[in-house]
Amino acid sequence: MKRRDFLASAAGALALPGTAFAQVDPLDPLVRAFANGAAVRKGKVTLVLPQLADNGNSVPIRITVDSPMTAADHVKSIHLYSERNPVPNMANFYLGPRAGKAEINSRVRLAGSQRVTAVAKLSDGSFWYDAAPIVVTLSACLDES
Amino acid sequence: MAARIQIPREARRGDVIEVRILIQHPMETGYRHDDVGHLIKRNVINVLSCRYGGVEVFRADLSSGISANPYVQFYTVAEASGDLEFKWIDDEGQQGSERQSIVVKG
Repeated sequence: MKRRDFLASAAGALALPGTAFAQVDPLDPLVRAFANGAAVRKGKVTLVLPQLADNGNSVPIRITVDSPMTAADHVKSIHLYSERNPVPNMANFYLGPRAGKAEINSRVRLAGSQRVTAVAKLSDGSFWYDAAPIVVTLSACLDES
Repeated sequence: MAARIQIPREARRGDVIEVRILIQHPMETGYRHDDVGHLIKRNVINVLSCRYGGVEVFRADLSSGISANPYVQFYTVAEASGDLEFKWIDDEGQQGSERQSIVVKG
């Protein structure tokens, strides 16, 4: 094998894990199950979480969805999913055209560092999501503490 | 179950108003133990809803993943003068309700 061929094949082998990583489904399997086979696309939804929470018992969370909120085009519901909480579906919020603005603020409990996903169901039946990673120093209590 | 609700006292018709509600509730997860080792029963607020002039404008299913003393902020369009009625219920069947009125001009 010539040196040039070897380098080319080595580069190919190195590139392979990268592509395999890119193909890993970034979506929470529960979200996939919730959408019931429909495509869940990234976008429209913005999930804001602090990057680091000292205490997982109360973490501020904001979900906004880019939508005109008219009778013809509005957000029907927003669903929050956690990767590590014992109850993965943290909350569901049901909105409608009367909301005027698709934004929810709340505070959640998080059992450890993880990725939180927010899924929005629009009036046309499409699903959109956003996910945000968070480092939780002190997990919300699952046992005595 | 006391609750604190903040909405503007008055608004112009068509304005998007901010609604904030904070309910005093332990949101007991059901995973904690008491001093003698017994599991403390889960008791969280399941459903929180808001009706504006008799029409439901917001509803939320909550779980143990929501902090104690749950706080929720959402928006609604000021349509007409009237009451915003909030209702919630927890696992033990205790219901809470609160209402706040708004004056809509124009």
